[in-house]
Amino acid sequence: MPLYHNDDQTMLKDSVAPFVAEQAPVSHLRKLRDTADATGFSRDLWAQFTEMGLPGMLVPEAHGGLGMGHMEAGIVLEEIGRNLTPSPFLATSVGAVAALAKAGGTQAGRWLPAIACGEAIVALAIDEGAKHRPDRIATTATRAGNGFRLDGKKSFVLHGHVADMSIVAAKTDGGITLFAVPKDANGVTADPRRLVDSSLASHVTLDGVEVDADAVIGEVDAGGEILDALLAATRTGAAAEMVGVGQGAMDMTVTYLKERKQFGKLIGEFQGLQHRAAHLYGEMEVARATVMKAQQLLDEGSEGAKLMVSVAKAKAGRAANLAVREGVQMHGGIGMTDEYDIGLYMKRDRALAEFMGDVHYHIDQVARMNGY
Amino acid sequence: MSEQDAFRAEVREWLEANCPPEMREPIRDEDDVCWGGRKFRFKNDAQKAWLDACVAKGYTVPDWPKPYGGAGLTPEQTKILRQEMKRIKARSPLDSFGIWMLGPALLKFGTEEQKVQYLNPIARGEIRWCQGYSEPGSGSDLVSLQTFGEDKGDHWVVNGSKIWTSYADKADWIFCLVRTDKANKYQGITFMLFDMESPGVTTKPILLISGNSPFCETFFDDVKVPKTQYVGEINRGWDVAKYLLGHEREMISGGGAGGDMVSIGGAFAKAFGKNAAGELDDPILRAEMAAFDTDVFAYRAMGERFMDMWKTGRAHPASSNMMKYVGTELNKRRHELVMSGGGSDALEWDSEDSKGGARARSWLRTKANSIEGGTSEVMLNVIAKRILDLPGA
Repeated sequence: MPLYHNDDQTMLKDSVAPFVAEQAPVSHLRKLRDTADATGFSRDLWAQFTEMGLPGMLVPEAHGGLGMGHMEAGIVLEEIGRNLTPSPFLATSVGAVAALAKAGGTQAGRWLPAIACGEAIVALAIDEGAKHRPDRIATTATRAGNGFRLDGKKSFVLHGHVADMSIVAAKTDGGITLFAVPKDANGVTADPRRLVDSSLASHVTLDGVEVDADAVIGEVDAGGEILDALLAATRTGAAAEMVGVGQGAMDMTVTYLKERKQFGKLIGEFQGLQHRAAHLYGEMEVARATVMKAQQLLDEGSEGAKLMVSVAKAKAGRAANLAVREGVQMHGGIGMTDEYDIGLYMKRDRALAEFMGDVHYHIDQVARMNGY
Repeated sequence: MSEQDAFRAEVREWLEANCPPEMREPIRDEDDVCWGGRKFRFKNDAQKAWLDACVAKGYTVPDWPKPYGGAGLTPEQTKILRQEMKRIKARSPLDSFGIWMLGPALLKFGTEEQKVQYLNPIARGEIRWCQGYSEPGSGSDLVSLQTFGEDKGDHWVVNGSKIWTSYADKADWIFCLVRTDKANKYQGITFMLFDMESPGVTTKPILLISGNSPFCETFFDDVKVPKTQYVGEINRGWDVAKYLLGHEREMISGGGAGGDMVSIGGAFAKAFGKNAAGELDDPILRAEMAAFDTDVFAYRAMGERFMDMWKTGRAHPASSNMMKYVGTELNKRRHELVMSGGGSDALEWDSEDSKGGARARSWLRTKANSIEGGTSEVMLNVIAKRILDLPGA
């Protein structure tokens, strides 16, 4: 498969890009922020996403979705990134769907159709500390009665306070097991914190939460593979969103270079800035290609996907970070003001960079996967 | 089976039957590279057999049309061939500036007669070309070149000198930018082709910091060039040169600069040893190598996307400048890490253990990557102006 969007994907982009830009531009984020919205995203907008079939893009057709791939989901995420749109799309429609579709069974049958028709928001309760360390999960699931008892603390759970269900990764006797924990389960407390990018992420406490045996996603002790699928999808999706954030910041900055005058010249005439902008362009193009490659390998079910996902998360992280830093710097003083959007790009990039493993985590993974 | 799968199977079978085992070994030194040409001497029978087999099949230039020595493959088929060759680690049967640079220029700007006349010997590895672009006073500002061709009716008489002509002492013919109109800077240059054995052509190798002399100074003293031997239009050679520079950048950024694109950390962990956790036993070097590997794998994806887009006309015409910039800077970084990883062993200049100072010499050679074919700074200028559309200074 060539590494560019085919005709169908181009059509998808041509319909999604103007839709997101019109319905949820940066002013949409500002409105939610300035009204201290308690949900963290707009349910009206999610209803519009649903009309377009977007929440179920990755849901298999048998479960009422569109059965599309990561390349297509990435198109939507890039636009979400470019417009800084608060949305449960990444966690619910990409991460949770990847896990449920991989696992199949009761929980897939219960939740995938609900996600596809826009009725269910799902949160990912994976992280436990300030840094992403999915290999050190301490939350426990012990057998109790007909099911399990969950105990532990989760953090950085996006939409955790409003999600209809949370996918909880926990330690069981022989490995990792994933559980579908419904919103109303006893013993679950979600403590939402507003983050630097105005999104809401919860610290979730699981205190003796009792779930039935059929709450297990996939098989007991065999959650590792499902968790891997969830992580690969979410990381690739976050990378695609970062490409959108970086591209949005870069476009805004390049435009500014063509408008702002100092010393009697457009600042874009200065070679010092031209070279930095051109360097940034190269980094962004490489990041875009890398993310597409990861999407393609995931869609092909290739063995090489895992390495490329980490490469993509790291590279997109580096490139988008450069874009927002150069963005603020090249805007000068106005870049420091809340009124101007470029700072919002910097904030969103920071949150996405941290989500599901930062640049350093993934560069370390690249080393490990290459045997050092 | 899809058409593509069938083609892949066919290629696989052909490679199995025709690529000698010796040609699947990594390239060790310059002699292992087949450059072709009148003066070329094959290192061994396998090298010749591999070239002959590829020539017969059109696989030295798979995407060129058949009448010009190619196999007439589509971009998709060419990619499959490349993938299959890479899979068995097959060496390139023939490397040449004729293939990478002159060929694409002739395919676009040449007459039918020129294509038949010049492309076939390139495809067969019979004529080796060199490039006459830079001059002592015209480096990044190439268009200021002074080598002059005086109009003598049916021929030009060329006087001047070129510099950094790669392998000019080994080449048979030169494609050369020559000023034919002193009054017109951009539209006063003609893209000429002539034999390096023409009376009045002399070459002098230049000793570089690597201790090697891959480049020459080339002098023209009343060299007679028939007025049939030019590409495109008279005085419009700059158009050809610009197009061709795109291909040069494509080449430098593709195979050349990326190196073999394997994990550098993986290779060095063996030499360095690992700690109990299985990590390369030098945490800072490990981190730098891992960051570099990440960039290399990312650039490899970029290379694939660039080629897919370039071959189908989807790429921005100036995007090869970005590839060249990113790829060459990456290659320089690779060799800095190779030197760090090698420690004092890598400093050895001529010992047998160091294969004649291979690492040190390669490291120094790579410093030219971001100078030749347009400096990194010129690449950034082009990206800024042509892609980002930033205002001119």
